[in-house]
Amino acid sequence: MTVAVDLKARRLPRWTPVAVAVAAAAAAYVVVFSLEAFGGGLVLSGVAAVLLFLLGLFALATAVEGSRAARNRIATSLVYAALTLALLPLISVAATVVSKGAARLDGEFFTHSMNGITAFDSHGGAYHAIIGTLQQVGIATVITVPLGIAGAIYIVEYGRGRLATAIRFFVDVMTGIPSIVAGLFMLAFWVLIVTPVFNDGRAGYSGLAAALALSVLMLPTVTRSCEEMIRLVPAALREGAYALGVPKWKTIVRIVLPTALPGIVTGVMLAVARAAGETAPVLLVAGNSASINMNPFEGNQSSLAIYIYDQAGLASQYGPQRAWAAALTLVGLVLTLTIAAKLLARRNTFAR
Amino acid sequence: MSSPSLAGPAKAATAASAEPPAGSKPHGGGPIPPRHPGDRVPPPEESERLPTRRRFGAETVFRGASTAAGTMVLVIIVAIAVFLIAKAVPALRANTENFFTFSGWSPNGAQPRFGIGALAVGTVLSSGLALVLAVPVALGIALCLSHYAPRRLATALGFMIDLLAAVPSIVFGLWGREYLAEPVKSLSAWLHTYFGWLPIFGSDGPYGKSILLGGLVLAIMVLPIVTSLSREVFLQTPQMNEEAAYALGATKWEVIRTAVLPYGRPGVIAAVILGLGRALGETIALAMTLGASFVISFDLIGVGGNSVAANIANQFGEANDIGRGALIASGLVLFAITLVVNMTARLIVYRRREFVGSAA
Repeated sequence: MTVAVDLKARRLPRWTPVAVAVAAAAAAYVVVFSLEAFGGGLVLSGVAAVLLFLLGLFALATAVEGSRAARNRIATSLVYAALTLALLPLISVAATVVSKGAARLDGEFFTHSMNGITAFDSHGGAYHAIIGTLQQVGIATVITVPLGIAGAIYIVEYGRGRLATAIRFFVDVMTGIPSIVAGLFMLAFWVLIVTPVFNDGRAGYSGLAAALALSVLMLPTVTRSCEEMIRLVPAALREGAYALGVPKWKTIVRIVLPTALPGIVTGVMLAVARAAGETAPVLLVAGNSASINMNPFEGNQSSLAIYIYDQAGLASQYGPQRAWAAALTLVGLVLTLTIAAKLLARRNTFAR
Repeated sequence: MSSPSLAGPAKAATAASAEPPAGSKPHGGGPIPPRHPGDRVPPPEESERLPTRRRFGAETVFRGASTAAGTMVLVIIVAIAVFLIAKAVPALRANTENFFTFSGWSPNGAQPRFGIGALAVGTVLSSGLALVLAVPVALGIALCLSHYAPRRLATALGFMIDLLAAVPSIVFGLWGREYLAEPVKSLSAWLHTYFGWLPIFGSDGPYGKSILLGGLVLAIMVLPIVTSLSREVFLQTPQMNEEAAYALGATKWEVIRTAVLPYGRPGVIAAVILGLGRALGETIALAMTLGASFVISFDLIGVGGNSVAANIANQFGEANDIGRGALIASGLVLFAITLVVNMTARLIVYRRREFVGSAA
């Protein structure tokens, strides 16, 4: 005689969560939205629906499957809820920037500066700001990339002992320095102390100062990503070169760097994208200007980020319009760079 | 993992840069001239001589240049401290109030009076609120990406979260001020109606730029940092630990609670501290969403709130020489605090060398 033992735990049918969700949504609609409990409103109904769903699912699962399984179900729901919650602002930002930015995104916006345009003119553009952003970020890249690559080479290939550990550590720490501090540093160092020497004592706000501030921010990120990429170059390649009698510096220049190049390019692009969107440091040292200044080494310059800050602060209907158009331009620039970098990283096997 | 060249990046690098044995020592300088079979063999004393390191060869120059570039980082950090102090001291000397406790900012007059009292409180409140809102969500996302979502979906969603990190802070500020402000106003009114007995929701309006709005925007900006580092730590949980827990009959949530979270705790703490560092230093988004007041208040929803960094951006336009010095002094405080915060986080990360792979 065998006793039939049911080894399978009792499970809720697969459609249970869906059913509970529908019931919760209906209940929330009736109680919160129609009867206006707790003030009513669509958002509150949504929140109530989620809470009711969790409660209902927990009660059902506890009754049928036991408390452990119930807790498991709640955890799963919460984890997915967190993900949805995080995607909301991203979608909202993207939708707002595109819908509000498209209004003023015309030919004039890309070909005119703000010279002679007051807050109450509907015209004007961001040509001068785009020039400023490109020049400042360009100069910062030219300064940062050689320094960053050389620093990474030191950390991976030459650095031993305390100095190397300290440098590695402070590269990481420096990635966390607030951008405003980098701006204040260049204000104190370059604008207020160095340039007055050549300028008859006048503070020299310029695109170059902004570029220097941006390089302070870019240097640690570039160094860090180059370091990771150089570290990923297989040791066998280096050893092969040494075995052929190639000196170490030539091994690095001819073997290690070309192998790590795609990854380095990715890292640099990400750093450039981040620098292009920085406002605070540029705001302090570039000086801002409404007219076109093609010379980053002398005279005030604008940048897209400052332009947004500036126009958004105007108390007129046209300022914010221009700000949104500039925001769309900036987001387009930054996201294009970021996405291109990530796709490039996915294509080559060395990069993560 | 059989050949030594695959034995992990750190080991590989050590092996590669260790000095080769004496016999096969690479050239210090130029390349060996190629020899062809027909060539006359040079006299023994010339060919048998081992290549020696040249004192001022390319190798020395290259090594020196890369060392100098590496040291630049240390130089910059020291230079930041030195130049900020140099410009801050004259302003602090001229200050007629206590810099750390006075809450007000009028450094441009004949009697400069400024202090970071209200700014410090506002900074702590907004960053604290941002972390309280962001960390649970970020941990949920990290778990979802590492353990719940299918691989392909996780990659795509992780990409989306990374995009969130790439959006410039000025755009978040603009979005917060022009779009999020309205919903937050109604949320504030709702919170006051039902939870008005809590002092933090005590203000009965008017609502607008508030700590709540700034904290929400800040939370969105901190989210990707905490998410990306936590996700990496969660992914590094040893497979064996998880499978052992499953084998004991644990549910997925119990596996997470008993195997994944304890293993990842130091990494999560480091991620939160890094997020705190980011929140403390955020400038433009807060300059656009906080009310720029100088009253010490713990009320979250009323118009008001300020932070050290936002104040620098707001006040810079009308600052004279002493005013700039005063702003630089407050920036110095910010620099010191974020330096300590970041060093703490990195020290925690460095104790566990396994997850040094993130530059977040």
